[in-house]
Amino acid sequence: MSTLILLLVTGVGLGGLYFLVASGLSLIYGLMGVLNFAHGSFLTLGAFAGLAAAGAVGAGTWGGLLLGLLVGALTGAAAAALTELGLIRPLYNRHIEQVLVTVGLSLATVALFEGIWGPNPRNITGNAWLSDTTELLGARIPNTAFLNILAAALVLGGIVAFLRYTRYGLIIRAGVENRSMVTALGIDVRKAFTLVFAVGGAAAGLGGVLAAQSLNYVSPHMGASLLIFAFIVTVIGGMGSLTGAAVASVVVAVLQQLANSYLNNSGDLIVVLLLALVLLVRPSGLMGRTA
Amino acid sequence: MNAADGARTGARTRRAAIPAGGLALVLLLGCLPLLALTVPGVLPGYTYEPGTLQLLALCWLTASLALSYHLLFGLAGLMSFGHALYFAAGIYGLAIVLDRTDVPLLPAAALVLVGGIVLALCVGAISLRVTGISFAMVTLAFAQAGNVLARRDQFGVTGGEEGLALDTDGVPAGLIGVLNTRNLYWVALAVLVVTYLVVLWVERSRAGHTAAAVRENEVRVRIIGGRPYAVKLVVFVLAATLATLTGMAYLLLQSGASPATSSAEFTLALLVMVVLGGVGSRWGAVVGAVVYTLLDQRLTALASSEAVAGLPAVLRVPLSEPMFLLGTCFILVVLFLPGGLAGAAQRLAARRRGAAPPGGAPGVAEPVEERVTA
Repeated sequence: MSTLILLLVTGVGLGGLYFLVASGLSLIYGLMGVLNFAHGSFLTLGAFAGLAAAGAVGAGTWGGLLLGLLVGALTGAAAAALTELGLIRPLYNRHIEQVLVTVGLSLATVALFEGIWGPNPRNITGNAWLSDTTELLGARIPNTAFLNILAAALVLGGIVAFLRYTRYGLIIRAGVENRSMVTALGIDVRKAFTLVFAVGGAAAGLGGVLAAQSLNYVSPHMGASLLIFAFIVTVIGGMGSLTGAAVASVVVAVLQQLANSYLNNSGDLIVVLLLALVLLVRPSGLMGRTA
Repeated sequence: MNAADGARTGARTRRAAIPAGGLALVLLLGCLPLLALTVPGVLPGYTYEPGTLQLLALCWLTASLALSYHLLFGLAGLMSFGHALYFAAGIYGLAIVLDRTDVPLLPAAALVLVGGIVLALCVGAISLRVTGISFAMVTLAFAQAGNVLARRDQFGVTGGEEGLALDTDGVPAGLIGVLNTRNLYWVALAVLVVTYLVVLWVERSRAGHTAAAVRENEVRVRIIGGRPYAVKLVVFVLAATLATLTGMAYLLLQSGASPATSSAEFTLALLVMVVLGGVGSRWGAVVGAVVYTLLDQRLTALASSEAVAGLPAVLRVPLSEPMFLLGTCFILVVLFLPGGLAGAAQRLAARRRGAAPPGGAPGVAEPVEERVTA
């Protein structure tokens, strides 16, 4: 019983990480039709920058952690906004080329990170409370899981509030529904593109710092490995649906944890099987619009 | 439409010229192991040396793989991120069959080829239910599953991270050892020629024309009574089969299987090659793959050279990462050179002739609309 609770809570925590990556992917795809392969690089960059900032203040302290999260999110946002302005915007409406550019960017940046920080993972000194566990219904749960869940919930709430109650949120929602109509009404939808990229990048950067805390290391490849699951989550949830991404990330992560524990480490395969099943039954994903 | 008519007659005269030229080129490439040629800075030595032959054979196999990807992406417009799965299926499949059984090479290869076709049929039938970007992601997920299987080695057959060494018991003696590299070179060249001919045949067949039409406008094909799903599945399976074939030759050449060949990065590299050479162009795919392989090899040599080690860190770090330079090149090509190398060559030739370029936008190699309505 306690094992099951442990798996469920850590699964939801892992789902939080997936959601932080997938939310940006889903928003960007929903508004612009761009699949962003460079999203993992925003995450890695956020992780490295956040940990450097945390190290400057004191790696094990709460102040360091908070500063690290803030710097990670800002770095991710800045990198994403620059990518949109410099590489995506010149290829306006040419979706295949936009995807190709992000593919090139992800290849180049991962190699660059390897060159700067070395190909091997680096261990980090985490906060003392974070490396501890808390007992919940008889299960000893790592505290990072709670932090991930909290952060993902805050990001979900924040993005939903932003989309619902602000003017730009309105433009983005309208743009997802019908971009040409928004443009026809005289609204510069391109500002919304940069904004969406920045928001997605911030979530990814935040996810990077949190992933580093959970894994206890940073590596140039951590972005790429999380990105693939974020892709799967986005497809299962329905491309462009934020709620779908949230639900799917929890489902995928919990299933993965359970399968890893009870079915001989086969979590990754089970996730792919789930993807195949969802596609067979509902090709547009759990909450995607039916095409 | 006059320009397009001109292009058609032009294509007819070229069609007669190309087999002769292509045959001569293949003969020349086939004679390379018997000649002592070298290109300083591009090849590591003379063409009869095993090291050079190994690199050239790798180029031909990569080109063959890129051609099979061209069939998917360039012809049918299917952007797959999981093409490495079928390549790895060829490599691992043959390695495992040779390792576990006493079946000789050719029957084993036939067995693996059938296995590859079945795999491609299953994965293709599922992933083709979605289109566009979702298709890309679903193929990526399947390839990732294959990669995980090879790396984790749960059933004790793939050798995990270490990979598998080629079991040479069933392999003819002429294909083993450094001294026989030129036989492997000929095998690689033969695989490339076979792939090229199959791709050519598919492109000129009815299915190929329908596939190109599906790429341009799937709804229209369905309305005039075509079956996009079936055609896409056929192209998908054919491309996968060619990749499996190439993978088996790759196993013989490298005499081992490594999990890196099943990774997502490997498929991305294929995409880079095809785009570098020019999407939609057969020769573009071949040239892109050869340029990519040589660049990768040379840049790795550059990275470990003393000239780079002496530079300040700002220059040394980017220069010592081949993938960074290749990725940057790729971004520049996508941004500033639409149509890749093939497109650039076409524009250059058109400018030299001083005439208006024959029909269509640069980068689109074949006048597609003509064939759809015909």
